[in-house]
Amino acid sequence: MIFLSDFSVIKPDFGLLFWTAVIFLLFWFIIGKFAFRPIAAALRKRESDIQGSLDEAKRVRQEMANLKTENEALLVQAREERAKILKEAKDAGTKIVDEAKGKAKEEVQKIVASAKVQIENQKMAAITDLKNQVGAISLEIAEKVIRRELQGNAAQEAFVNDLVKEIKLN
Amino acid sequence: MRRYFLSFICLLCLSVFAFSQDGHEQPPVGQHGEGTVQHDAVCGPVEEHEFNPGATAFHHIADQNIYNIGPWSFPLPCFLYAPEQGWSIFSSGKFHIGHHGNGHAAVDRYALVEGSVRRITDPAFPSGEVQLEGTFLKKMEVDGKQKEVAFVCYGGKNYAADSKSTADGGLFGGGITSFYDFSMTKNVVTMLLVAALLAWMFFPVAKAYHVRDGMAPKGIQSFVEPIFIFIQDEVAKPFLGHKWEKYLPFLMSLFFFILGLNLFGQIPFFGNSNVTGNLAVTMVLAIITFLLVNLSGNKHYWSHVFWMPGVPAIVKILILTPVEIMGLFIKPVTLMLRLFANITAGHMVMVVFVGLIFIFGKGEVLPSSAAAVGSILLTIFMMAIELLVAFIQAYVFTILTASYIGAATEEAHHH
Repeated sequence: MIFLSDFSVIKPDFGLLFWTAVIFLLFWFIIGKFAFRPIAAALRKRESDIQGSLDEAKRVRQEMANLKTENEALLVQAREERAKILKEAKDAGTKIVDEAKGKAKEEVQKIVASAKVQIENQKMAAITDLKNQVGAISLEIAEKVIRRELQGNAAQEAFVNDLVKEIKLN
Repeated sequence: MRRYFLSFICLLCLSVFAFSQDGHEQPPVGQHGEGTVQHDAVCGPVEEHEFNPGATAFHHIADQNIYNIGPWSFPLPCFLYAPEQGWSIFSSGKFHIGHHGNGHAAVDRYALVEGSVRRITDPAFPSGEVQLEGTFLKKMEVDGKQKEVAFVCYGGKNYAADSKSTADGGLFGGGITSFYDFSMTKNVVTMLLVAALLAWMFFPVAKAYHVRDGMAPKGIQSFVEPIFIFIQDEVAKPFLGHKWEKYLPFLMSLFFFILGLNLFGQIPFFGNSNVTGNLAVTMVLAIITFLLVNLSGNKHYWSHVFWMPGVPAIVKILILTPVEIMGLFIKPVTLMLRLFANITAGHMVMVVFVGLIFIFGKGEVLPSSAAAVGSILLTIFMMAIELLVAFIQAYVFTILTASYIGAATEEAHHH
């Protein structure tokens, strides 16, 4: 085994075994305890912080989205309500106007009817009056004619003419 | 652009310079200090002057008792124990480190040969500090096996020196020898350095998460975080279910420790450390994983190992249970070998590619320079791949560990 005779690295010597064990165990306990463990803990904390922040952001975004949809729904509802109210108002207005129109018409008709009645009444009164007057005049004429006849012809004619003139003056 | 080209040329020259020293003097022979020349005949077999890329690679990936930065060697503390003479604690500077990691002096019968501490067993060798005339390695037959034995020259005489004890049980040419080396070797120092660098990187990051709570990551935090989260989300969570947090520090430590060492080993001329390419290191990591997996194994896991439900008893006794029990040990062994083999292979290929300069150049300037251009290009390509391997192997070790822990802690669910 001449090849291996000077190949000292394959022959583990006691000193190096001892020192390696001491150094590695110390390294493990000291660096592990005061560096690796705190770093791992810090990293884990940061990871959970980041995850927490992401989750929070997600939740807030979801909430925002929910709010938005809610707002939109509200808006749509409001719009509908407005349209409804407007329509109702319009309807009410039309109704009121119609009602007013109807009432006005009725009133007008009433007034016209009463006017007509009055006119008729007045007319009838005038006609009656006229009739009465015509009657009275006729009677007067007839009376005067009859009186003249009793006086002569010429006189009767002149008298009729006078009477006719009188009528014209009226 | 011009600046990059210049630094490339500098790097090229430096690498030729650094490796040419290895190449020409392999194997190194005693030629240090005064008065060694007359002993050359006794002081070492001058066998081959030819460049041996394999030996060079083995030398470069080996753990050493010195730390090399560029051409300079720095001493490291030695903690040595020999049953015969007890503890010896001193700096490897006492060896008077010379060229190629060979010491000019012996301390308490210890000497530095090829960067590694050896012990002279001969009781005739004097204790205390003594000047050596040279050191060398020699291939020879020991107990019927070809071995490379270290020798030191003292007083005109060659003394054989033991290598340190190793835990391979003689399987790979090592075994228990006359002493144990608990020194802070190059690999130990590198591990400490990498652990410190990682701490220096991660503590401010951990603090930043506290201070900058609730804010976006910044600076080094943003660099570390993607890797951290990758391991957490792609390795820990899928395999461990809701128990991932309990095992996360272990998986992270494993990943960053291995990755840091893999990457640190890629830095040229700065120690050339091959830590995760050393079986001892991967063995410890695999043993710790093995213990963690089996200590956290639940009833469901053990019932599947020893008495698989829904299988005839005879099949269980003859095949399934033995295979499952073997599997318990094979899993960490594969973890150990995979990382070790990948990193070691990468480092060796790198050294061999640079070694092409000496294989083709044969010490001549012109062919050496030509080979250097090709070798540098190949090495750059290899370094890019090694960078990938550094990440992949750290990831694979971690993900397999996670899957073993996951299998051991999985809750019973009815099929």
